[in-house]
Amino acid sequence: MSPEANIRTLTIDGVDISARAEQTILETAREHNIAIPTLCHLEGLSEVGACRLCLVEVKGARRLLPACVTRVEEGMEVTTHSAKIDRYRQMILELFFAERNHVCSVCVANGHCELQSLALTLGMTHVEIPYQYPQLPVDASHPRFTVDHNRCVLCTRCVRVCSEIEGANTWGVMGRGAQSLVITDLKEPWGESETCTSCGKCVQVCPTGALFEKGRAGTRTAKHPEFLPYLRIMREGEQP
Amino acid sequence: MTDRKTLATVWLDGCSGCHMSLLDMDERLIELSSQFTLVYSPLVDRKTFPERVDVTLVEGAVASEEDLKKIRRIREHSRVLVSLGDCALTGNVSAMRNACGPQPVLLRVYEENADLQKQVPTVGVPALLGRVRPVHEVVPVDVFVPGCPPSADTIHQVLSELLAGHLPNLGGIAHFG
Repeated sequence: MSPEANIRTLTIDGVDISARAEQTILETAREHNIAIPTLCHLEGLSEVGACRLCLVEVKGARRLLPACVTRVEEGMEVTTHSAKIDRYRQMILELFFAERNHVCSVCVANGHCELQSLALTLGMTHVEIPYQYPQLPVDASHPRFTVDHNRCVLCTRCVRVCSEIEGANTWGVMGRGAQSLVITDLKEPWGESETCTSCGKCVQVCPTGALFEKGRAGTRTAKHPEFLPYLRIMREGEQP
Repeated sequence: MTDRKTLATVWLDGCSGCHMSLLDMDERLIELSSQFTLVYSPLVDRKTFPERVDVTLVEGAVASEEDLKKIRRIREHSRVLVSLGDCALTGNVSAMRNACGPQPVLLRVYEENADLQKQVPTVGVPALLGRVRPVHEVVPVDVFVPGCPPSADTIHQVLSELLAGHLPNLGGIAHFG
């Protein structure tokens, strides 16, 4: 396998860049310190393209493409920031806030929330889309953890980490569209789940206050998903 | 001084934390005070909103019939309307009752949790709206200041810019919560 054959050259925001053929636009951009906002993406987990915040313009494509699941191609011309992209990202963010009850001031994740930080970095000061105020459950049946669906953005990080890293497959998604819910087993109370190992990885990767550890408040609610890439590297290193 | 701007502050459905944060500017308030006259506020005596105000800061969401009447009059008579804090911007804690409506909340407070005189008050208090709404859902808003409450520094920056005749944009500067 010749290494040259696997290299693709492209431009991102007008800068000439080369990348390996299997890399995504997001990976490539981040390697070159080009910022693209993300929410469902997490290093160490598979990509699902669920949040759409990483949408970028690719010359010749009729629609915006999610950078996290789009592979680089030879001669690609990618734009990561424009008035159009900013408008889309702003709207996506507003939809997240309007869809469920994200009350930052009284949320356990206040100050450590990726959704809250994104609103700041993308310059969102208010939501034009009417808030939906759905009535959503909170499941505190697990002895150590709680799931508050009011704060869930359906990024499915919990589902992926539980399947891909822990191998327990406790988490899943039920329903469709705005009615979707992350569930444990077949929508059994979390505390009664027979598959959950109580490892807490789902809590650490959750970007908002949807999954949190009981008895923690304020600064102690900060999440620590940085263990993931290390786990991945260590495991891949074991394979021959 | 003739070029002093008129300033009003309004307290709708909020906890007054935004007003506390305003006062938290401490001695900087004294510096700024030469540039404005406070014509209407929970902090002064005037009972009716003046005919013409240059800058009005609104704390709190629109939650009752009275809030609704007030904010419409305020908008009509304010040149620049500022949504101050998360309740005005998002509904925040005030809007947490929207998932169930006002009735269960009233019953919980005035009947279930009351020891004496169990009854929902109806006389001398404004009726609650079916849904608590952010200010900009009811009237147009010119400046949005996120925060619960916005910090004294943020409010200082906002007031300084407004008094200098600019409309501040808090995008990327102040966050929710």
